[in-house]
Amino acid sequence: MRRVRATAAPYLLALPAWIWFGVFFVVPIAAMASVSLTTGNILEGFQQTFSVSNYAAAIGQYHTQMIRSLVYGGVATVIMLLLAYPMAYWIAFKGGRRKSMYLFLLLLPFFVSFVLRTISWGFLLADDGILFGPLKSAGLLPQGFHVLATEFAVIGGLVYNFLPFMVLPIYVALERVDPRVIEAAYDLYASRWAAFRRVVLPLSLPGVFAGVLMTFVPATADPVNARVLGGTGTTMIGNIIQTEYMTNNDYPTASALSFTLMAVLLVGIFVYARSLGTENVLEAAAR
Amino acid sequence: MHDPRTSPAFLRGMTRSRSVSRRDAFRLAGLSAAGLALSACGVQGQQKAAPKPSEVADFWSGKQKNGKVVFANWPEYMPEDRGPLKKFQQETGIAFDYLEVIDENATFFGKAEPQFKAGQPLGYDIIVITNGMQFARMQALGYLVALDHKQLPNFAANAAPKYKNPAYDPDNTYSIPYTSGMTGIAYNTKYVKEPITSIQALFDPKYKGKVGMMADAQEIANYGLLALGITPEKSTKADWEKAAALLDKQREDGLVRKYFDQDYIDAVSKGDVWLTMGWSGDVFQRQLAGEPVAFAVPEEGGTIWTDNMMIPKGAANPVDALMLMDHLYKPEVAAELTEYIQYVTPVPAVKELLSTKAAGLKGEDKEALEAMIASPLVFPSEEDYAKLHGYVSPTEPAEQEAFQSMFQAVTQG
Repeated sequence: MRRVRATAAPYLLALPAWIWFGVFFVVPIAAMASVSLTTGNILEGFQQTFSVSNYAAAIGQYHTQMIRSLVYGGVATVIMLLLAYPMAYWIAFKGGRRKSMYLFLLLLPFFVSFVLRTISWGFLLADDGILFGPLKSAGLLPQGFHVLATEFAVIGGLVYNFLPFMVLPIYVALERVDPRVIEAAYDLYASRWAAFRRVVLPLSLPGVFAGVLMTFVPATADPVNARVLGGTGTTMIGNIIQTEYMTNNDYPTASALSFTLMAVLLVGIFVYARSLGTENVLEAAAR
Repeated sequence: MHDPRTSPAFLRGMTRSRSVSRRDAFRLAGLSAAGLALSACGVQGQQKAAPKPSEVADFWSGKQKNGKVVFANWPEYMPEDRGPLKKFQQETGIAFDYLEVIDENATFFGKAEPQFKAGQPLGYDIIVITNGMQFARMQALGYLVALDHKQLPNFAANAAPKYKNPAYDPDNTYSIPYTSGMTGIAYNTKYVKEPITSIQALFDPKYKGKVGMMADAQEIANYGLLALGITPEKSTKADWEKAAALLDKQREDGLVRKYFDQDYIDAVSKGDVWLTMGWSGDVFQRQLAGEPVAFAVPEEGGTIWTDNMMIPKGAANPVDALMLMDHLYKPEVAAELTEYIQYVTPVPAVKELLSTKAAGLKGEDKEALEAMIASPLVFPSEEDYAKLHGYVSPTEPAEQEAFQSMFQAVTQG
């Protein structure tokens, strides 16, 4: 009897999580899948027709914005990785006693709402704002120069808003690297670069993987940065989904787009996981 | 002497005790609106037939006042002291709950739609919605209660004729107006030296990259049509195609910097854009703050929208709601509202009342109130009205879809 209870305990403990997962993830996803296969409009009602034509129509109409979002998300993720890795490395290995303070500073902007942070970027980047105004009057920039309402502003905003999500997992991975392993590398005549490339980097790859996952997905789907910082021709797929749902009340198209985005991201991440998977990490470590 | 639109006293009056939030109102994607003199265009599609008088009578017969009313409105649409509502409570003994929960038609409808569809009450007895696609959808889907006009004597007696029987709601079956306002051109006087008079300024190559347009399909379509000399409310699908082509060219030529929701006013006051489509109220606020912005209704015509009071289906206190709606049409109550909201009132007697009040005031207060009374933006003359157009408003579902994808392709491409 006791043994049964002991076996069941972990499952029972996990039950709330499963229920939560079921109610707030599985059911909505199933409902969304069902809606994405209906046809009709808000006035005449939507009928379940199991027609995939919504997908074809939605992708046909909005593939530009979809591809644009993937490109923006991808570029932003690469920039974040380049910025975050040295940052996490420095905090993990050189942070010393102040590590927690540096981490706190990194997270400080999170105490302000996402939208407000993005809007304040708009002020910072204004054509004659505190940044470009003086540079223009000093003649260092041409008068017509602007960053706001361009793709640079959108990608910059994405980088700024999601950067901590890249730094933290990499930091955690680097923090767990045993210094003695690095010492051992030096003992075996590894140069600093070789020790990094062959020991530290492979050990931190799980953190990089988690970081990319946690930034690429939300950055690609984000509607806020494009709306606040973008201009013409910078609309992202998140904005389109929002418009289709709220303004056009075209629920099937909005659902179909959401699913397509999810599928594209899942495939991308699967491919990425395979190419950076655990086996490869171990392989790299063994080299 | 002074153009009241730019007189500082008037601007003080226009902006006193109002905050930016309400202005955010007239913006946003998809909500916007159809106009005063909307003439029906296209087929009526799925529009439900107007309810028969007997049905309306059946609904209202036996309904009693409950002593309570819940009013859902936009921010900054009621004096801080809730004066008009308190007066109502004193006169009728009906307690009120006033909620500022609507700040965008599309979002409000988007959230309420599942509740409506499930037949659940929203918990509001009166809601205020702009005459646009969302309003049309609520009508068509039967989400609104047909009003009993026998219980609206003040509306019958005091509303201006042009606010009765609007094309977007024939015979005021479901709604009566709360207030109206205008869409025009906002510009930064530091960069735009000559006064803007024509809509063509938005298409002038010398402002390349410095023009702002609205992202909302109806708003931008109106301006595309007006620029071509087409009356928006009478436009056809072929006209929309021409307008979309013009707006597309404007974009391809690099004239447009951005298609804005509510944030155009920051952009124009900072100089990121030099001129942009805008709502009058935003501009007055910025002028008060000393920012170099001005507002113009173009000579080709601007557009006018109306926010309307209506009773959502399932409202718990419909009789109390009617009584409150009617109460707001008493001239002295309407005057109090207009003085605070400072948009166009549907009650013409307000002008007289406010003039009398101004005569009794002194100094700056008097100047401000007089400027407001003289303003064509608050009390448009017949000539001004003639320049103001209703919104292009496709009704039939396939038409709506075509319309939206046509103009959203411009703003979201």
